[in-house]
Amino acid sequence: MTPSSDSGAWRKAWAVFVKDITSEFRTRYALSAVLLFAVTALAVVSFSVSPYSLEPDAQSAFLWTVLFFSAMTGLARSFVREEESRTVLALRLSAAPDDVYLGKLMFNAALQGAVALVVVPLFLVLMDITPVAPGVLAASAALGTLALAASSTIVAAIVSKAKSKGALFAVLAFPISVPGLASAVRSTTVALRGAGGAGTAVAVGVAGAAARTTGVAVARSASAMAAARGDLLALTAYSVLMIAASLLLFDFVWNE
Amino acid sequence: MAGSLGLCGQQPYTDFELSLEQVSHSFGKRRVLTSVSAAVRAGQVMVVTGPNGSGKSTLIKIAARLIRPASGRVVWRAGGRELGMDAAKGVVGLVSPELTLYDELTAIENLLFFARVRGWSGHGLVRWRGLAGAEDVAAGGGARARARAILEQVGLEGRGDDLVGTYSSGMKQRLKYAFALMHSPALLLLDEPTANLDEAGTEIVRRIIAEARGSACVVVATNEPEEVTWGDAVIRLGGVA
Repeated sequence: MTPSSDSGAWRKAWAVFVKDITSEFRTRYALSAVLLFAVTALAVVSFSVSPYSLEPDAQSAFLWTVLFFSAMTGLARSFVREEESRTVLALRLSAAPDDVYLGKLMFNAALQGAVALVVVPLFLVLMDITPVAPGVLAASAALGTLALAASSTIVAAIVSKAKSKGALFAVLAFPISVPGLASAVRSTTVALRGAGGAGTAVAVGVAGAAARTTGVAVARSASAMAAARGDLLALTAYSVLMIAASLLLFDFVWNE
Repeated sequence: MAGSLGLCGQQPYTDFELSLEQVSHSFGKRRVLTSVSAAVRAGQVMVVTGPNGSGKSTLIKIAARLIRPASGRVVWRAGGRELGMDAAKGVVGLVSPELTLYDELTAIENLLFFARVRGWSGHGLVRWRGLAGAEDVAAGGGARARARAILEQVGLEGRGDDLVGTYSSGMKQRLKYAFALMHSPALLLLDEPTANLDEAGTEIVRRIIAEARGSACVVVATNEPEEVTWGDAVIRLGGVA
């Protein structure tokens, strides 16, 4: 058999992703730990802090703290499990490094995405928050999740061969994740609070109170999107750069 | 169990040759291999023997290009040219105590997964004609048919849909042979080949090696006196054996 001739890299990466998802559903190796941490952290803080005592920037920072440490709890496991269960040798013999990286990235993004799908709505309910711009919040959560997955995947591959994996993962991942986290926190703050004096762009000429309210909401959302645009673009650029750099580095990390 | 394992004459590299040129390796300050040179061609069996810690497993991993030697070279040749790392996924079949398959997947799922990441789409590749399960391949059975046929050959028929975590150590060793043979490797590397196997399993290993003499390169690392006799050439490491 001549490798890499029949199937594209994506098909092979997809095979790695499907394998990891299948393993995860059968073992709950990462998902249980991640969700337990995230829900516990959210519940404890929401019960001990009055929802109205936190400003939107603090709320946003809190949300991303929970999501970041959820990622630290679970995302390293995709590689660590291969090392600890000694399946890494068979994988190295059979799969090209890029295929492994992309498959693991997809798995980590899916895992972190699943966590965000639970955590963000729970956060809004427990903290009694109605976001000014739900679209911006959704975009921040999606792009922030991808950014966390992109930075965590390469760091997880690096630390999986070390002895103190857990501590080393958080120590290495934090500085690498800071630029992405900062953008995610800022854009989430805009989503929760609006763009400063947003809402003053009154829907002039709209007849009726209901129509005026809808118009104001749309205007607020549009101005929030404009205000968050820079940070959302920064998040996208961060993820693209992390993935590109990881693809360049991963061969050395995987084979050395 | 019946029929051929399908090793002979299937792989694209029928004139494959492995050369170890002045290979040395250390772990920290401890040197485990010193200037080992050897060559083995398709159809030959080379046995590596020596006491525990003499570097047999390390040499196997170096031959598989899983470890880069501290000095010296590992060369794979076929068709009059050296093969690069990109050929590795289709060349090597490894059975080793250090190799583990996924406990949480079934045997079939394991074999299909590794076939897919090696580039086998599993939809009736005509290049695989002639292997065990060829009829099913032609009919569109593809990798799954090949996997079932190989499992039968290693004595795991009827257990392919069981989770590997439920297997005994001997069954896991047989499954490693299925993993190693799935893609008809040109270079078959066997580290402690009969570990955990009963007499029937050992007989399967003998058959595999006998078939591999047809066209594959085989390297066996062992301390078992009987297995040392399998080799056309023997390398003794550590100067004790």
